Amino acid sequence: MSKGNRAGIDLETRKLKSPERRPSEAAIRWERDTLTPSLEKSPERRNSFTSLSGAPVERLYTPADLAEFDYARDLADPGEFPFTRGIHRTMYRGRTWTMRQFAGFGTPEDTNRRLHYLLKQGQTGLSIAFDLPTLMGYDSDHPLAEGEVGKCGVAVSSLADMETLLAGLPLEQVTTSMTINSPAAMIWAMYLVAGQKNGADWKKISGTTQNDILKEYIAQKEYIFPPRPSMRLVVDTITFGAREVPRWNPISISGYHIREAGSTAVQELAFTLRDGIEYVEWVVRTGMDVDEFAPRLSFFFNAHNDLFEEIAKYRAARKIWARVMRERFGAENPRSWLCRFHTQTAGCSLTAQQPYNNVIRTTIQALAAVLGGTQSLHTNSLDEAWALPTEQAVTLALRTQQVLAHETGLVNTVDPLAGSYFVEKLTLDTERACYEYFDKIDALGGMVAAIERGYPQKEIHDAAYAYQQAVERGERIIVGVNEFVSEEKHPIEILVIDENVARRQLQKLADLRESRDNARVQSALAALASAAGTEQNLMPYILESVRAYATVGEMCDVLRGVFGTYEEPAFR
Amino acid sequence: MADRRIRVLVAKPGLDGHDRGAKIIARALRDAGMEVIYTGLRQTPEAIVTAALQEDVDAIGISILSGAHNTIVPRITELMRAQGLAGVLLLVGGIIPDEDIASLKKAGVNEVFQPGASTQEIIDYIRSHVRRATATETK
Repeated sequence: MSKGNRAGIDLETRKLKSPERRPSEAAIRWERDTLTPSLEKSPERRNSFTSLSGAPVERLYTPADLAEFDYARDLADPGEFPFTRGIHRTMYRGRTWTMRQFAGFGTPEDTNRRLHYLLKQGQTGLSIAFDLPTLMGYDSDHPLAEGEVGKCGVAVSSLADMETLLAGLPLEQVTTSMTINSPAAMIWAMYLVAGQKNGADWKKISGTTQNDILKEYIAQKEYIFPPRPSMRLVVDTITFGAREVPRWNPISISGYHIREAGSTAVQELAFTLRDGIEYVEWVVRTGMDVDEFAPRLSFFFNAHNDLFEEIAKYRAARKIWARVMRERFGAENPRSWLCRFHTQTAGCSLTAQQPYNNVIRTTIQALAAVLGGTQSLHTNSLDEAWALPTEQAVTLALRTQQVLAHETGLVNTVDPLAGSYFVEKLTLDTERACYEYFDKIDALGGMVAAIERGYPQKEIHDAAYAYQQAVERGERIIVGVNEFVSEEKHPIEILVIDENVARRQLQKLADLRESRDNARVQSALAALASAAGTEQNLMPYILESVRAYATVGEMCDVLRGVFGTYEEPAFR
Repeated sequence: MADRRIRVLVAKPGLDGHDRGAKIIARALRDAGMEVIYTGLRQTPEAIVTAALQEDVDAIGISILSGAHNTIVPRITELMRAQGLAGVLLLVGGIIPDEDIASLKKAGVNEVFQPGASTQEIIDYIRSHVRRATATETK
């Protein structure tokens, strides 16, 4: 094992290793005597073949591609460092992945009903989507919320909404994932207080807050405050969680949105893991030991259409993260080395045209996630290029996972593609390309500095534009969009959120502002404001504000006053 | 006015931050020789119309994916009329269900581009529909 260095591990030795192929005598003979005459008779369809991300793919992979490959170093058995084959020894033979469909729309009552429905259908974890006003730290009655309340997720402005949202759900038994970023600390505090009121013990509850602000600046753009104070909020939740809510995953470091913004598979992986490095560096700087919080860091990846590229990405992710944690950060607890991740099939791959085709795409993407060893999975519904899914559509998406888990034999053996010349070579290439991005970002001074200069944003935009051009030139075929187009429409039912949702939310919020103890709200918010100006952990102040029924908008306004707000500069 | 290039304002109203589409359109229009002003995220209808007026644009392209179009777009068309911008082409792109297209057009939208529309279609549409007065000046 080579020594760790700042830029990344094994990098020096990896660079020295030439990725060039050294064909064997037999291979040379095969090319000359068999292949060449055959190509003369029937040439290949194209001069070169590439992955969905544009990486070259060779005609054939052979042992020559794996000349440097070493089982113990590059793979090892499942559950062993560097975990390329999986984080668990028995993988899905022990327990299948958690089937976790993302749900949220309308009022807290609407979403509560959907969550109960999904549990009844055999879903094994919960995942909550919030509406845009909530994601941006505005209450439902803010002028900018008009037209957006309950549209892209559930509207949650205060603890009262959270109590309704979680009513009757067994919080100590199910794990709950919440997709919330800029106001993650506030929404998590609402979950914790609502749980506590229901008698759930903070030491026992488990779940995940997405809370990954870096990818917001990079890709999804749902930021409120500038990067540095936002990082401080993330650090506060991680350290608070490590001490008070030990089974909670305080962050889900996400490549999903990076990919949706148009990145390549390698960019998704590299920017996500480099974000992870940034969070670890920031938390370690507070004086917390890496092994105290690293076991609860979790990840979230996309599953796109190119089956093998995706599988290689997940395998490389585990291998790189294990090395980063052990060698770059000196983590000693093996749990700190594990890249545990959730996967969602690629929303951006869904087409509005011929929506039933989306079921097929989603199935293959889910297959990639499972062959890649995911811990949990969301499968998109066929109608999601148009709207949030109907109950019927989401049920079919869940059934897709259940068929994969129970009918196909996929789960019977661990990492079934290991040893494939192609998959192992792709895994090595993905790893190498990822370390090259780490080098570039380290040279820019880290991820926060790179974001401030627009580096990852520009890399992704260039990849997205190149992809769009390839589609328009017909070099990339999208069935039903630029090829195999049919005039015939296949109308599907679409979920419509009516404006009554907003009306009901506004009424509830008006009642709350009247009935709560406003003196307590004001003093809690004043305490939050003054703590924000110091280096204290803000979680206790946020929890007290939540208990007083201060709203997400009120808490975010306090922090807007102290931290300021962020607008992305125009990067050229 | 000699040889004026077509000027387009690309705008993203509402709270949604998914700007992949808006930025690809902006770049494609630029590559097609148009002058493009991109407003950035979360612009109010007022800010969009003011920018259109100040920048003296021939067309406005609005990107909305969040489902808020029925609230936001009619406000933009109303402000455009109030500011004397009725002759400026207004295009909406994004996740717009079929059944909303008629009402958006009635409100004053010239064309709606749904998912899967190519940048070339949009370029062609702008070139052939941009205000005749401006177009003839450039000839």
